[in-house]
Amino acid sequence: MTLVITKNFAGPNMARLDVAMKHGAYVTLEKILAMKPEAVVDEVKRSGLRGRGGAGFSTGMKWGFVPKDTTKPIYLVVNADESEPGTFKDRAILEKDPHLMIEGIIIASYAIKAHTCYIYFRGEFYRQWELMERCLAEARKVGIIGNNIKGSGYNLNIIAHRGAGAYICGEETALLSSLEGYRGWPRIKPPFPAVEGLFGCPTIVNNVETLAVCPFIIREGAAAYAKLGTEKSPGTKLFSVCGHVNRPGVYEVPLGYPFAKLLSEECGGTIEERKLKALIVGGSSVPVVTGEEALGLRLDYESCAGCGTMLGSGGVIVIDETACAVQVLADLARFYAHESCGQCTPCREGTGWSKKVLDRLEAGLGSSEDLNLLLAIADNMQGKTICPLADALAMPIRSWIKKFRTEFEDHVRLKGCPFPS
Amino acid sequence: MTKTVTIQIDGKAVKIPEGTTIFNAAKEAGIEIPHFCYHPKLSIAGNCRLCQVEVEGAKGPVISCRERVRDGMVVRVQSDTARDVRKNVLEFILINHPLDCPICDQSGECKLQDQYFDHSLKPSQMTWPKVHKPKAKTIGPQVMLDDERCVLCTRCIRFCDEIVGEHQLILRERGDHSTIDVFPGKQLDNAYSLCTVDLCPVGALTSSDFRFKKRVWFLTSTPSICTGCATGCNIWLDHCDQKVYRYRPRENEAVNQCWMCDPGRMTYKAINSDERVLFPIVRNDGAYQRTSWFEAMARTQQLLAGVNPEGIVGIVSAEASLEENMGLIRFLKECGVTSFVWAGRSPEPQFVDKILRDADRNPNTHGVKMLTKTRFGKETKGQAFVVLGRLHGDDLTTLVSQKPKAVIAITDILPANEQWADVVLPRASHAEQEGHMVNRAGLLQKFERAFAPKGESAPGWQIAARLAGAWGKPLGFTSAREVFETEKQHYDVV
Ligand SMILES: Cc1cc2nc3c(=O)[nH]c(=O)nc-3n(C[C@H](O)[C@H](O)[C@H](O)COP(=O)(O)O)c2cc1C
Ligand code: SF4
Ligand code: SF4
Ligand code: SF4
Ligand code: FES
Repeated sequence: MTLVITKNFAGPNMARLDVAMKHGAYVTLEKILAMKPEAVVDEVKRSGLRGRGGAGFSTGMKWGFVPKDTTKPIYLVVNADESEPGTFKDRAILEKDPHLMIEGIIIASYAIKAHTCYIYFRGEFYRQWELMERCLAEARKVGIIGNNIKGSGYNLNIIAHRGAGAYICGEETALLSSLEGYRGWPRIKPPFPAVEGLFGCPTIVNNVETLAVCPFIIREGAAAYAKLGTEKSPGTKLFSVCGHVNRPGVYEVPLGYPFAKLLSEECGGTIEERKLKALIVGGSSVPVVTGEEALGLRLDYESCAGCGTMLGSGGVIVIDETACAVQVLADLARFYAHESCGQCTPCREGTGWSKKVLDRLEAGLGSSEDLNLLLAIADNMQGKTICPLADALAMPIRSWIKKFRTEFEDHVRLKGCPFPS
Repeated sequence: MTKTVTIQIDGKAVKIPEGTTIFNAAKEAGIEIPHFCYHPKLSIAGNCRLCQVEVEGAKGPVISCRERVRDGMVVRVQSDTARDVRKNVLEFILINHPLDCPICDQSGECKLQDQYFDHSLKPSQMTWPKVHKPKAKTIGPQVMLDDERCVLCTRCIRFCDEIVGEHQLILRERGDHSTIDVFPGKQLDNAYSLCTVDLCPVGALTSSDFRFKKRVWFLTSTPSICTGCATGCNIWLDHCDQKVYRYRPRENEAVNQCWMCDPGRMTYKAINSDERVLFPIVRNDGAYQRTSWFEAMARTQQLLAGVNPEGIVGIVSAEASLEENMGLIRFLKECGVTSFVWAGRSPEPQFVDKILRDADRNPNTHGVKMLTKTRFGKETKGQAFVVLGRLHGDDLTTLVSQKPKAVIAITDILPANEQWADVVLPRASHAEQEGHMVNRAGLLQKFERAFAPKGESAPGWQIAARLAGAWGKPLGFTSAREVFETEKQHYDVV
């Protein structure tokens, strides 16, 4: 199996520049610095790489949105805010092969003609940020980043910034607000960051994993990357698996990989071989699928869409039969109610209200009306807000109720949770 | 030149310049789309989501305050879908709203009440405990915050940031615990802080001054002018039973847009004040005594008869209306007086700012200077003075030091310790009469009468007319309008 990202994860001390270089880090620099930036964009476009932050938008196309005639500075911003419950794949890159991402940053920056890059870390990534600072210092010392990289005349300054720990700052426009020193509030799009982003300048926001893929594409060529995975979902993807599995962790597999195989081979099956009840495949915000659906699911964008869910960030949460659907959904509602930035009415009030309804249902104090109320709240907030955070709770509400309705009804009927606590 | 496009709003074809927002296009077509966060003078926040409308071909409802029109766009404000969206937004806003309308100052002029009645009327489904937040919190010298009533539209924050240029209000916390606040140790104390109360669509921000003073439905609003400085901000003068309760800015793009300053707002207090002169007064043996109009006129006549008309000086006022000043001058001219000067408050350079405020604290300096160019001062010599309005500071000292034979004051305010006049005639305040003033930009502005003159007071021009009558030289003025129409020809007043 070709590994694009995790090839050197097992190597000790990969954060040391000399070790990383021994493993081939930064070999692509000479190649790209001899290329035209537009050619780099084309190469990435041809690879078919889709953004790994969740939305799965074509990376090369996004880079192409930077206005050609801009006189403003252009920025690259790395989204290392990874806060979605169930998602911890970027963290693995930041800890196990940080230079891979830095190399990706140089490629992306060069391609979009940026001379400044900000890496936005979630507040809790303190150690990862510290490590990054050390890596950047080392790279700066030897002229891999900084002014006149490898005598090419190309300058790139990389700044590592820590947020204060808010999930919403992972949403790209909220991230930019936060980076500018404002409250982490999403902005209305359009304008998209590629046109008007950080400090009002064209800005490309990319996920850590997206960037970590770029060195492979440059080194091996777009075709070699596109050969991996499926036609519509080329390449490999990191999946961070957690929940009721024997071997939780971060796994790299080609897109289109059967989930059943990931579960049984990489993850060693469910704990005590218990029955798979449900699967959240792409981070906590995507619609849940049932155990049966999951076992037939392939891990790529189109199969997930076909199954009514989304590949999202690749944060896989495996849920077995011992878990209570109401409790899981109530947990999610608590998270989103806590993390809603509070800016727009439907999300601010809708997430909080859902949480209250679900808390009450979970405690056995709910009524039969509550399910319809929850569905109405979901309808009234989805697609009616500034950013998709409201959707991120609306989708789970709808799918959990649809797929596990009897469990919700049982809580009302039995005035409590039928599952042993 | 911008292109004109044609769009359909609720079946009505609207021609509008390209780039206009749907909201403004609808407004042009006479359709008011309900909204909280949008304000024409502030940046677009798009957070309340109340203004959502249906646009044919769009993925979902769009916010009309921000979405711009395109040629051929088909917009529905009154479709079932659009109506439902608004209903649902209102439901969300109301779930944590305290509904304390019975004790809320905004009640009766609250956008949330209005929108609910116009667009929802849906019974509450909220059977869970509401989120509680600070109530009756003092956030500045003029403003109190009831956080539970706040709909988080951020108008107040944007106003301070964008209009005043001081970042004084912030949002704290997240989700449904979000609250408006000030920075620790700081307060909302800019000179325009009360505009946030006007902007606040609900009763979250209330004026510490107006709070609990009067139910707004008892108030009558009369268009008037602030007399706090030469800017002459247009105002609504809100009153009830001959008492003024507050000033609110009245929109005038050429003068104050929709703002006014806090000190200006507080000038209404003078109208209600204990220092108002409500009946004629004469000085007998060095002490002020109440008297009748008849007695006061007789004394005035007697005092002025003892002085040659050349020795009489008419002091007109930068604080009084054109009509009052013109009326007094006309009367004195009929008596043969030729010497006219003007007086008013002295300039306050520290009052000035880049937004509205002017260093000249008089509302009608420009106007009074059209009547006489000469400022009252040490060079002004006379044996008797007829003074319209108050004399302040140095002007008073100057007058007293001349040891005049007679001083007749026509004033609305007389501080107890100022006993410089022989006769005081009670002048009505600007709330009690109509008239014109000319602001710093030379703009002639009209103000209307809110209520009848208090006590026995009368507008300055009417007092002048009465005096003229007593002198046997009737002027024939029965209204401010007549004064203005007959007198303006003598001056360069447009
Ligand atoms: C509520 C919310 C949270 C998000 N959190 C993250 C995050 O933690 N990390 C991330 O890379 N993208 C996150 N995203 C997606 C970003 O907005 C953005 O699409 C992404 O960073 C783009 O990078 P990509 O094109 O490389 O995927 C989030 C989006 C939303 C709506
Ligand atoms: S949808 Fe929620 S998180 Fe997003 S801007 Fe609105 S309130 Fe904030
Ligand atoms: S206090 Fe008033 S103006 Fe300010 S955000 Fe709340 S509702 Fe809006
Ligand atoms: S700026 Fe002048 S006229 Fe306007 S409100 Fe203030 S004092 Fe009154
Ligand atoms: S008025 Fe448009 S979103 Fe508030």
